[in-house]
Order: sequence, then structure tokens, then C-alpha cells
Amino acid sequence: MDSALIRELRTLLGPANVLSQKEDLLLYEFDGSVEKGRPEAVVFPHTTGDVSRVVKLAAKYQVPVVGRGAGTGLSGGALARGGGVMVVFARMNRILELDLENRRAVVQPGVVNLDITRAVEHAGLYFAPDPSSQKSCTVGGNVAENSGGPHTLAYGLTTNHVAALELVLPDGEITRVGSRHGDTPGYDLCGLFVGSEGTLALVTEITVKLSRKAEAVKTLLAIFDAVGDASRTVVEMTASGITPAACEMLDGWTLRAVEDYIHAGFPRDSAAVLLIEVEGLREATESQAASIVEICNSNHAREVRSARDERERDLLWKGRRNAFGALGRLAPSNYVLDGVIPRSKLPEALEQIHAIGEKYGFQIGNIFHAGDGNLHPIVLYDPRDMEQFKRAIAAAEEIIRMCVALGGALTGEHGVGMEKNELMPLLFSDADFDLMRRIHDAFNPDSSLNPGKIFPLSKGCGEIRIRNSGQAAGTQA
Amino acid sequence: MSSVANLATRLEKLIGNDRVRASEAALQEVAIAGRAPMAVLKPRSAEEVAEIVSFAAAEKLAVVACGSRSKLELGKPPQRYDLALDLTGLCQIAHYDPGDLTLSVDAGMPLNELAKALAAKNQFLPLAVPCCSTSTVGGAIASGIDSSLRQLYGAPRDFLIGAEFVDGTGKQCKSGGRVVKNVTGYDLHKLLIGSLGTLAVITRLNFRAFPLPDLRSAHLAGFPTLEAALNFHASLLKSGLPFSNLELFDSNFSTLLAGFLNEVSGSALESLAKQGWHVFASFEGNTSVMERIQRELRECSAQAQAACSETLDMQSLQQLSGALQEVFDWLRRAAPCVALLRIVLPQFAAGDAMELQRLAKQSPLHSAFVLRAYNVAYLALLADAEDASTKTALERGVSELFSCVEAKKGAATLLHAPLWLKHRVNVWGTKRPDFPLMQRVKLAFDPQNIFAPGRFVGGI
Repeated sequence: MDSALIRELRTLLGPANVLSQKEDLLLYEFDGSVEKGRPEAVVFPHTTGDVSRVVKLAAKYQVPVVGRGAGTGLSGGALARGGGVMVVFARMNRILELDLENRRAVVQPGVVNLDITRAVEHAGLYFAPDPSSQKSCTVGGNVAENSGGPHTLAYGLTTNHVAALELVLPDGEITRVGSRHGDTPGYDLCGLFVGSEGTLALVTEITVKLSRKAEAVKTLLAIFDAVGDASRTVVEMTASGITPAACEMLDGWTLRAVEDYIHAGFPRDSAAVLLIEVEGLREATESQAASIVEICNSNHAREVRSARDERERDLLWKGRRNAFGALGRLAPSNYVLDGVIPRSKLPEALEQIHAIGEKYGFQIGNIFHAGDGNLHPIVLYDPRDMEQFKRAIAAAEEIIRMCVALGGALTGEHGVGMEKNELMPLLFSDADFDLMRRIHDAFNPDSSLNPGKIFPLSKGCGEIRIRNSGQAAGTQA
Repeated sequence: MSSVANLATRLEKLIGNDRVRASEAALQEVAIAGRAPMAVLKPRSAEEVAEIVSFAAAEKLAVVACGSRSKLELGKPPQRYDLALDLTGLCQIAHYDPGDLTLSVDAGMPLNELAKALAAKNQFLPLAVPCCSTSTVGGAIASGIDSSLRQLYGAPRDFLIGAEFVDGTGKQCKSGGRVVKNVTGYDLHKLLIGSLGTLAVITRLNFRAFPLPDLRSAHLAGFPTLEAALNFHASLLKSGLPFSNLELFDSNFSTLLAGFLNEVSGSALESLAKQGWHVFASFEGNTSVMERIQRELRECSAQAQAACSETLDMQSLQQLSGALQEVFDWLRRAAPCVALLRIVLPQFAAGDAMELQRLAKQSPLHSAFVLRAYNVAYLALLADAEDASTKTALERGVSELFSCVEAKKGAATLLHAPLWLKHRVNVWGTKRPDFPLMQRVKLAFDPQNIFAPGRFVGGI
């Protein structure tokens, strides 16, 4: 990178807010995915003005800019695939305003997801998107990736909880989309920018919608001796019109690993468990829970337990949320996939995942959002063994292809990033790419923002420049 | 530009002569604000739509897509209008997986036919939009018109999961998919909602369906003052009770509502005849949920010192729910001359609502006000004649309302007005800061500006 740019960045933000030494940059070449891409400089803006000036400076030197929150993403969305300047929002982490009466919060992008809930829970409110990483991931990252979580089933993805955004465009212009209160005339630009993975603009302020905590919550743990029985329970529950707030599944192999680590109360000898939560009015949750128990029993559940108190509920959820950490004890690395299928195809999909695991010589675990058909197969591998790593990638690709063949999609909540951009043609035609490219170019014509993401490199924006920064694009861990 | 005769012949070659109409009667059927196109085309497939749009793009012909034409008046009249694209020939359910509660349906499918198919599986789509007996699915989405079930089920952006459409270059494109959770690619289908056909021709829409509720019920309360009604309304919103619809309306609205109910069913609730303000609340669920909400509504009504309070019987519930779903349609026809505004405010305090009413009641006008879910209100300025003094009052009233709403950091849209008024005021209100971004989106979708040019915000 041009040393003059580094000097100008230091002058602009102060030396404490600019990193450019190789050993400092190493930390920022990873996220939660198996991808890798090192920036040439990392900056920590404190204000929207800082972000705008950094973007203008980067444009002057013609280097790409990549936004990043906590780096917990799972698709390489916040990696500097083309090198350049990484804008880390860690120091733009203030909750700017809480409007409890109208259930709105205005936050900077570096605010940690769970911190919004912590700030408003005294008023019986919370921020609904709940990725497993919610203790560390940032709202800015959630907006970029349109993150989900277990309770997406009832309450939707991040896009359903964002009212307005402040943006910095690639030329440094600061603008706003959406409306704090209610919808206003015009195209739903908020709907476009949320989930655009940092390829259209950098988000510098977010107005989120706050949800009201339900009056009653019932958390059930249904225990099964056969995976098929658990998956058929989900199908039947969905078809019968019951929409729980969350419906998570852990297969036997996964739950044993979790139980050894967390001691959440998952029976080690079971083949699968469903963690099901219903919320709402007391009268509704009681009857919904009763219907769910009936469906579980008719599908040969060994037992259906109900969390007796908040402590038991928290423990079950702790087991679910920390599952990926638990798996980290079993292998040097794991690859968490993210695919979606129609819920009616769940038993078939799980059988196929098992078969793909056998084909490639992996035990593939499943811990996922069963209620909305969002699969998270987990492949454990050793990244030092290149042959094993390649097999893991091949198995992953076959699973994603299977999801598409069943009528599903490439990603339910992790984003496309640089993990699946080459798989996009499985779903999209040249005409689709052509339109998406025109939308991309309407905001980011030089591909200076987050290049090499979403679009296949062969079909994407013609001008996407993958600069060789010593970390060749696509180079894996 | 082609001549009319030559154009019709060329279009017939493109999609068949039984799919092209150019008679004066046919053209007048699809006229907008007195302007008729040169031909009406009724494609049978998305491929034919793509061929027509390619042709139009090459010839620089302006295209307006329509379904039942019940909301063609929304927005500004298009600046150019050469071809009407009647999408009612695309009317199949392409995919329905009741077990997954997902469906994919052609844009021209009538909503009531779709409702029958879904009801057979005990499911429904919460698109409770006006003109429901004729509206098509595509029209409901493209118009962006309010659904009266939004309070509980959300807006279309919350349950539209994908779309297929033809862009301004004549290419068939898609966005989203058929699964309920999906972040693959840009959410372009969200842009189509309420775009009035200015971005693309929608050919198919994918939705998440919902189970039909076990039971439904509703409650109507009357109040002598706006403050009392608003306090009651606010207390219901804060209660956390899952209302499917909550509407508050003034006595003029009640009178018009009663008139509409008498017209369609020969009777109307007696309570509507009482002076003052009314709050309508509908809800759904199982028996114990119904009993609980009914009980709490009675208690809240008593605390709020309601002048009247009643749980509606099934017939009244259906009549009133249906009439409130149709507000846009009957309110625009409620007087010889009507201007109907949709107003969004950060919050509706009593002072705000009173000020809006005062501005709407410029002599000799009268008005009707209904506060709907999500801080959205409809305010109708009604005149019994369309003479010079009325016109002056109407224009002044509407202009002052736009200014008042914008000063309160809200937004107003003129949903319906006489054509002369549409030409004199900006039906979309003042341009917002994100307008230049909307122009970029328009250009990306429709580089030749052939889709309903001028109809949308800021002249897009």
C-alpha cells in the first residue's frame, strides 16, 4: 500500500486509529468463516464524518474499502479480499438514542447486538434478531448480512427490524434511507441496503425497531431416538400451522459434544432433540405447547420436557448457542454451512447430508433452525491437512447443491460473501446477474466497496479488482 | 414512433392477434386520467411479457402494467402511455407447498381465487387490501396499498419471499426464492412493493402463507372526545394484546361507513350512528384467547369511560372488517369531489389529529378521518360540488396539509384526487434526501424509462 495513504490516514484519524504493521493486520485477515483475506491498513473511525473522509481518501488512492464489525461473520463478508483499507466500526459503538415510547433505538454500527436488548429490557423491550454470536456481533454486521437467529422463525431477519439507515456511499457522500416512524413514499431502499453485504455503501447509523417481550414463554425439549422422527415432527408441526418462536434441532452426535461441554441437560443417548419455544399470551402458549407435545408424541418422542423456570430455559439455550464452541473441542477447525430447504423436505435433506458425509469420509453434525428449514451442517476438519480441507469444501458444496435441488437457497442467514459467490449461478441466471450488477454499479460503480463478494468473479461486476496483496483471492486457511 | 395501425400489426405478430386489442372501447377501458394507450396487450406467459417489453424498449414505448385496474389512479398520471399490459392472462398458482406454507403465484391471479385455494388447506395470505373482489396479487403488491391486517401480520415486505419479473431491458429476472428464510443476493423484490410498475413488470410472486385463525372477534367502542378515544387506542397498543386491526375514526367517518354498510348489506351497526369517536379492534385466536381479549377490552373501555362498548357478533364483525379493508375504495367515492390523503406521522397526539382535521375542513369542505395501524391515517376532504370555491378550498386544504405533515416530520401522499388537483399539487409530497438514490435504482431497472414514466415519487 502506498505509504502516503497510510500517512494521510494517520493525519486524518490519529495514529492510534490506524494499523498498518503486518503483525497487527494478521488479526483482521480472518472472520468466522474458512476464508482469508488481509487488509493493507485497518482504521477505526469514531464518527460518520471520519468514515466519509476515509472513503474519499481511499478513492483518491484507488484502493478498496471493506467494512467490518466484530468479525464474527461466517461467509467472509468482512474480509479484505482485494486488500485495501478495512474500516472497523468497533469504536463507533454508542447507542445514540432510545425512544421507548415509539419502540425505536438509534445506534452506531459497532454496537453489540445484545447491548441493545440490555439497554431496553427494563422497559419490557428487546431487539429481536438473535444470531448465536449476539454477545459479540455488531448491529452493523447484522445489517450488512441481514442476520437471523433462532427466533427468526417467528420474528423475521434483521431486515424486519430496521427502520432507517445512515449511509456513506463510495464517493464519501453521506445520506439516509428509510424512515424512523412508519413507511414513507418511495422505493424500499432500506430493504435493498440491508443484506447487501457492504457492497453498496457503508452503514454508519441504524434506527432499529424494538420488540415487546412476550407475556409468556414456554420452552420445550423434545427427545427422540431417531433423527427421522424429530424431522418429521418439524414437518408435521409446520403443516399444522403452529409457528413457534423458535424450533431448533441438534442431532445426537452434536448434542453429545455440547452436553460434554455445557451440561445443558441434553440426554447423551438420544438421536436428536428439538428445542422448541412458544411465546405470546398465556392462553395461546398453553394450547400451542399442548399441541406441540401431542405432535412430538405421535412421532415417537421418548420424552418432552418443559423448562420449569428461567434458569432451566437459559441452560437449554446456552447449550444451543454455544454448540459451535463445543465442537471446537473435537477438531482443530469446523466448517459451519448455511443452506435453506423447504421445511417439508427436512427428512430427505438430513438423509442426504448423512450420505454426503459418508461419501467424503466425514461425520457431519447438524445443529440448526429446523422450524424455518435453515440447515447448519458442520464439517470438522484439520486445516493443516490440505487433502482433508479440500474434501471438506467438496462435501460442503455438494450439500449446498442439494439444498438448491430441493427447492431451497444458498444461504439463510450467513450471507454469500466470498464463501458462496461462485455457487450463485446455481440459483441465478445471466439476466439476474445483469440486473444485480446494474444495481451494484448504481451505487458502487468502481467496485471500491467490498470487492469480490456476492458475485461470481467470472460473472460479477466487470470492474471488480481483486488486488494481489499477498493473500491471493480465494486462498483458503 | 410507430403509427397505431402498424404498431398493432407488429404486436399481433409478436404474441398473436387474439392478444392485442386496439379498438377505441378497449383503449378507453385502460385509460388513465383521460389518456389512452395505443394498444392493450394480454400476454399468456412471462416469456410473452419479456417479448413485449423488449419490443417496447427497442421502440421506446411507454408501458403500464395492470391487473384489475382498481388502483391505476395511484400516483401521477404517466407522462407517456403507449401500451397497456393486461396481466390477467397470467393467473396460475405455479407452486403451493401447504406443508411448508409457501406459494408461488402468477401476478394476474385474482386475490379472491387465491384465497379459495389457500382456504382449502386452512391457510391464507394476509393481503387484506381494498377492491378485494377484483384485485390481482400483482396489483396488490405493485400498488403498495395498505392491508388492514398489517397490525398483526405485517406489511407485504414481511411475507413476500421472492419475485419473478421482467426488467426494462426485456429480460426475465428473479429475486429471493421460495423458502421462508433466505439472504441470497440483493432483495430486489422488496423494491417492487409499492413501485407502481415503474421498475419492472411483475410476473410471479412468492409468499409465505399463514394458517387461518381458529376464531375471530371484534370490539367497537365509542367516545365523546378525541382525547378519550386516543388514550383508549394507545392503551390497547401498549397492552401487548395481539390485535389484527385497530382503527380509530371520527363521526363523519362513522356516518360514511354506516352509509357504505347500508349500501352493501342493507344494515349498519347502531353504534356507528352515535356522535363522537370510535375505536374498532379485531383479534383472533383460540377460545380462551378470545375470552381474555374480550374481557380486557371491556375493562379498558370502562376505565376509558367509553360512551358505548360492545363485542360484535359475527355478522357485524365481517361487515365492519370488510368495510375497513375497503376504506380506500369507498372513501374516494364518498362525495362528488374527494381528495384522499394517506398521512404518516411520528405519533398522532390529539393536537396533531385536531390540526389535521381543522385544515381539512376549509369551508365548504367536510372531512373524514381514520387512524389506522402503524401511525398511518387516511384523511378525506369531501366536497358536495366541484365549483370554483370548492376547488380553491380543496387545493388550499391539501397544500396546507402537506406542509403541516412535513413540518411534523411526517409524510403525506395524495391517494385520490380530481385530475386538476393532481396537476396542481405534488401528490407524493416533498422529495426526500434519498430521492437521488431512488433515481439510481430506477435507472438500473429501467434504463430506457419505459415503465409508467412520471407516475412515481419525484416524477420517476
